[in-house]
Amino acid sequence: MPQTLFEKIWDSHVVVESDNSPSIIYIDRHLVHEVTSPQAFEELRLNKRRVRRPDLTIATMDHNVPTSNRSLPIVDQISEIQIKTLEKNCQDFGIQLFDIQSPYQGIVHVIGPQLGITLPGTTIVCGDSHTSTHGAFGALAFGIGTSEVEHVLATQTIRMEKPKPFEIKVVGKRKNPHAITAKDIILSIIRHIGTNGGTGTVIEYRGEAISDLSMEQRMTICNMSIEAGARAGLVAPDKKTFDYLRGRKFTPKNYDDLVSQWQETLYTDSNASFAKSFTIDVSNIAPQVSWGTNPAMVCDVTDSVPFPEEYAKGNEDQKKAAEKALQYMNLKAGTKMTEIEIDRVFIGSCTNSRIEDLIEASKVIKGKNVSSKVRAMVVPGSQMVKKQAEEMDLDKIFKDANFEWRESGCSMCLGMNPDILAPGERCASTSNRNFEGRQGTGGRTHLVSPVMAAAAAIKGHFVDVREMDLN
Amino acid sequence: MTPFRKIKSIVMPFDKVNVDTDQIVPKQFLKSIHKTGFGKFLFYNWRFDSNGNLIPGFILNDPKYKDSKILITRDNFGCGSSREHAVWALKDYGFFVIIAPSFADIFYSNCFKNGLLPIILDSKTVDSLFQTSSEIEVDLEAQKIKTPTTTTSFEIDEHRKHILLKGLDDVAMTLEHEDKISDYEKHATIPSLL
Repeated sequence: MPQTLFEKIWDSHVVVESDNSPSIIYIDRHLVHEVTSPQAFEELRLNKRRVRRPDLTIATMDHNVPTSNRSLPIVDQISEIQIKTLEKNCQDFGIQLFDIQSPYQGIVHVIGPQLGITLPGTTIVCGDSHTSTHGAFGALAFGIGTSEVEHVLATQTIRMEKPKPFEIKVVGKRKNPHAITAKDIILSIIRHIGTNGGTGTVIEYRGEAISDLSMEQRMTICNMSIEAGARAGLVAPDKKTFDYLRGRKFTPKNYDDLVSQWQETLYTDSNASFAKSFTIDVSNIAPQVSWGTNPAMVCDVTDSVPFPEEYAKGNEDQKKAAEKALQYMNLKAGTKMTEIEIDRVFIGSCTNSRIEDLIEASKVIKGKNVSSKVRAMVVPGSQMVKKQAEEMDLDKIFKDANFEWRESGCSMCLGMNPDILAPGERCASTSNRNFEGRQGTGGRTHLVSPVMAAAAAIKGHFVDVREMDLN
Repeated sequence: MTPFRKIKSIVMPFDKVNVDTDQIVPKQFLKSIHKTGFGKFLFYNWRFDSNGNLIPGFILNDPKYKDSKILITRDNFGCGSSREHAVWALKDYGFFVIIAPSFADIFYSNCFKNGLLPIILDSKTVDSLFQTSSEIEVDLEAQKIKTPTTTTSFEIDEHRKHILLKGLDDVAMTLEHEDKISDYEKHATIPSLL
């Protein structure tokens, strides 16, 4: 029977299948970080259990680490306890850790691919919903809760009902690929299918517009699958995928043999059927900006803030949600998006903190200055990204323009470290969630691409980045 | 985990769609290395103002619902972050059941690991339960919700029902399949990270 890529990966990892209960699925890669793991290790200790496969488990600290000078002690003592706890847990259970001083430290979803931990056809989990990022490499990768982290540590498997395959066809050619980015594609998709459009599914992104994307751009797309409610998102591996992973720290020695195997198996059969399908044409999409408090509340930068009834299309619950969102965001329906002034800019997060993101953003700001009303920061996704950027002198471009150039971590995407918005502050952010208070209690987040964030930093308000010179 | 069989309580009508886990328990409370004590942080930013005073009008602050053990809400409850802290907070606060037309996948799965029963019902039935002011009974064994005037059935996966009814540990149950896991490992080629 013809199968989708997701079904092939699923089937090859089934340990126990059962009709009336979740299947037991083997996990090839388990990524661990400081915030969602302490209680899992604690349970292992209480139940006298070991970590079954430390050789398939890797840890780093990213969520609450400060992004200021790493030679100074951590000021937040509760954060420090969490960091020390991860160090102790990794030591006690024999898990490899890239700690705060490591040259490999970084956001777990940035370092996975950079180190060649992420591989096509594998199953990857992490106690973090943005694990879907790794799907860009044709892996089945998804976020899990802390009890499941414990389950994977103890058994190297997970119990899960089989999600349904969902095809999203991305067709057309972007007119200006520097201005219309992968972020704009995924925000458009979520805007159309909604924050629960993908619930219970694994999305496969297909079509010419996906093939056109670089690996890092595909990661941006897969990363935000969870914002559409999907368990995971993936892209079939191709030459770009195989080239990206060649020669990295953990790339297997028999890599070329593996590539041959993957080429023979890792694709959706031509007659395979999906439970659901959606097509989007990207030839005419505009840069996207979120106006509300969930990632489906998005419009074109050329639009105005929508009226709740217009957004809700007759759905009373959605109308109430939009009214509440506008109140929280302190926005008036009908205001042009380009007239919205901002206080802060954040370029970073597992969605948009990779080298290509920084290169593209640096083109916008080169030779210009951040608006005097704006505080702007760049937080590279990993120490490796930071180093690479510094070798290219990107840090100088950012610093010369008055951007803060920080150490790597999740930072202001979720504000668990000192990088937060003050109440009422408005931020153009390259992160993935614009929920109430996400970047700081009372803070207001607008999701945009790195080039849109950079342009807003300079002008002090949103601008259509297509009007700027990006060459 | 304590077994769950039956509960009787008034329902707290939580009339919002897309309630994300950042609202259920804000990030500043995720730094604990323990599972307990999260109830006081439940819906913190909606419950308390910047001075730590209760915000009147927010449903958790309404004394009428003080002893409610059943939360009824709208579509896509628990979306966003995978943080299990959201479930720990709801459970610690005193909820045993959450009823909604749909839940986010990770949140739904997290509930069962902590003895919290998420029930999916069609929007119309949810609407009518929103109007119920008297106590309702949720019977997991019988898969029924009883109001003084109606009885509604709900669906639940057999394995998950069993886990909740017996208060079982998922890890121990999976380890009963140790032979199959070892067998899988013998045949699979998984590149090591060492």
